[in-house]
Amino acid sequence: MKLLIKKGRIIDPSQGIDQIGDLLVEEGIIKGIADDIPSDQYTKVFWAEEKWVLPGLVDIHVHLRDPGQEWKEDIETGTRAALYGGVLRVACMPNTVPPNDTPEITSYILKKAEEKGYVKVYPIGCITKGQKGEELTEFGRLKEAGVVAVSDDGKWVANSEVMKRALLYAKQFNLAVISHCEDPTLSQGGQINEGFFSAKLGLKGIPWSAEVSAVVRDLLLAKETRQPVHLAHLSCKEVITFLRWAKEENIPFTAETCPHYFYLTEKEVDGYNTLAKVNPPLRKEEDVLAIKEALKEGLIQVIASDHAPHSVLEKELEFSLAAPGMIGLQTLLPLSLSLVKEGWLNPLRLAECLITNPAKVINIEPPSFKSGKKAEFIVFDPNKQYVLEPTLIQSKSKNTPFLNKELQGITVLAVIGEKVWELNQPV
Amino acid sequence: MDLTSKPQHVLDIASLSSEEIKSFLELGEALKEILKRPIPKVPTLRGRLVVLLFYEPSTRTRFSFDRAAKALSADTLTFSAKGSSIEKGESLLDTVKNLEAIGAELVVIRHPMEGAPHFIAKHAHIPVVNAGDGTHEHPTQALLDLLTVKERLGDFSDIKVAILGDIKHSRVARSDILAFQKMGAKVYVSGPAHLLPTSLEEEYFRIYPGGFKVCYDPKEAIRDADVVIALRVQRERHGKPLIPSFTEYQTFFGLTFKELELIKKGALLMHPGPINWGVELSPEVEQYSFQVILDQVENGVAIRMAILLKLLTGGKTYEVTH
Ligand SMILES: [Zn+2]
Ligand SMILES: [Zn+2]
Repeated sequence: MKLLIKKGRIIDPSQGIDQIGDLLVEEGIIKGIADDIPSDQYTKVFWAEEKWVLPGLVDIHVHLRDPGQEWKEDIETGTRAALYGGVLRVACMPNTVPPNDTPEITSYILKKAEEKGYVKVYPIGCITKGQKGEELTEFGRLKEAGVVAVSDDGKWVANSEVMKRALLYAKQFNLAVISHCEDPTLSQGGQINEGFFSAKLGLKGIPWSAEVSAVVRDLLLAKETRQPVHLAHLSCKEVITFLRWAKEENIPFTAETCPHYFYLTEKEVDGYNTLAKVNPPLRKEEDVLAIKEALKEGLIQVIASDHAPHSVLEKELEFSLAAPGMIGLQTLLPLSLSLVKEGWLNPLRLAECLITNPAKVINIEPPSFKSGKKAEFIVFDPNKQYVLEPTLIQSKSKNTPFLNKELQGITVLAVIGEKVWELNQPV
Repeated sequence: MDLTSKPQHVLDIASLSSEEIKSFLELGEALKEILKRPIPKVPTLRGRLVVLLFYEPSTRTRFSFDRAAKALSADTLTFSAKGSSIEKGESLLDTVKNLEAIGAELVVIRHPMEGAPHFIAKHAHIPVVNAGDGTHEHPTQALLDLLTVKERLGDFSDIKVAILGDIKHSRVARSDILAFQKMGAKVYVSGPAHLLPTSLEEEYFRIYPGGFKVCYDPKEAIRDADVVIALRVQRERHGKPLIPSFTEYQTFFGLTFKELELIKKGALLMHPGPINWGVELSPEVEQYSFQVILDQVENGVAIRMAILLKLLTGGKTYEVTH
């Protein structure tokens, strides 16, 4: 079968391409890009005028909740949400029940992803057994089973010596180390950003120092061990100074943020809105601005969703009992588009943050439009305006502050090999 | 009396306008007369069902609401943390649904978690009164404090209120800081520095320029004050010690006659209770002529009557039967 994508804006960060043109796929393989490719009677043509044609996004921070919390999400629904969001590869965090700290769990995830998954799944293993922060997991055996990175996400590895050992040992197996930067002694019991709204709502605040002190410790260890650390979901202004310093010092690191940290502020939690409860917390306008500047400056290189499904059972509660986190696979690209609309990044740079840079962190080759590669791409309509109704959400959980809100930009086509999905079409 | 505005709930001082506050105070003052009658009871709310939902042990506030409801002839049902389905781990959402099924017409809630009353208000179709939610607010306490000050001093303009203690974890302080400013008073707070609002939080507490000040020196807060409110001090919260010792607290932040020399002549001394004598208040100050702690208790009943009446009837019924 031949598939011809006509007159789209083709953006491929792996080759630095951003041009209007045609893309031809034959039998699930990229044939090439040209200004005008003629079609024949055997060709299925998809018109992509005014649309973006992008390699599939790579989201390296996703919670699929499988095994153990399948009422929130499972590998099938989570990867379907990814597909609908244009995310064709996901790396899933290990804080499942039980946590992914053994090759058996890794194999379970990969097997289920193979059978039920819509997109490719890359498991992330735990840094420490049971995420207890004490004893390293079997990095070697986990790697053999298929993990691409290790992380105790949800928790920071508070014991500095254990973290140092992890950085050194991970290098031996070419595993990325992803740190959830939060000093628990400063954040414990905290519910929302410390400041105006913690004063207003009487909830315990989480100060920015909880994030920054963790980041600085991790950067010092990266400097000392000369091994890279990936800093997950950065959210505050004060952290940027230290990223700049780390860059000047040539410390090996990569940094990540999530759309909610450059799209929303702490205002969202007013009225005890548990949908806006997330960790790290939503912060102030000045933090949002600083995160955008850091993306522009290249100090933060990765945008990930931190897709964190929770059912109403965990969200329709007293604020302090509600679980932190929001789903994000389907809003990742629409919200990130705001960075282009506001002039912070051009589409190619945005594509780097969503495709090539995250792939580099977990040492995989990103999807691309190079001839001969497997087709793995999406067509995205950046102009489409719509309301994010619950029926559009493919996750089992609907916990997003964007529920029933107006969004712009939606994935309309996804292609993986010979499989083609026309998505999100109005009914 | 303004009867046009009928607030739906009393969730926090933050969401009440100064007009609404004033009308509660006026109604509270008027209702106090009922409590002084030989038979302190009127039939205004006969047959109405008020549910008192107490997730935290509290005798004073619960008794005060109960007394207020009964003075208006309302029926009350009390659920307290011990012995009800609350203890069995029923979710707040389910409890709310049950309340409505029972026929509750108004719910008063005391809860250890901030925003629990707001959660109920979001899901229930009946008025909700916050009787204290975690470290958030205790609006009826602030209203009774206002009533007490109004009775004694008449007016709030140019009044300086000093609040001493653990401001950060006090729902009483949070409500009082807003309530006194909304009525035109200035509020100065002091206590151990780590238990005071941070500079990031001050912005929220200051309702008008000069209306709110955080003082590291307790003397600065109480000097020339018209009202001094001492808060109950807890040595620890959730197992974590907040102050090094009671002796240390008493020495540097407790009120004795020596400190009271700094306040204005005739200034009021208040405390939301229960008092740790010998910690925040030295026992001798019980003899201070202007301590109005028992007035507060009485005004608590009156102001809660006003709240029940306003929320259940808009305040009109009382006018008719008065
Ligand atoms: Zn995390
Ligand atoms: Zn996460």
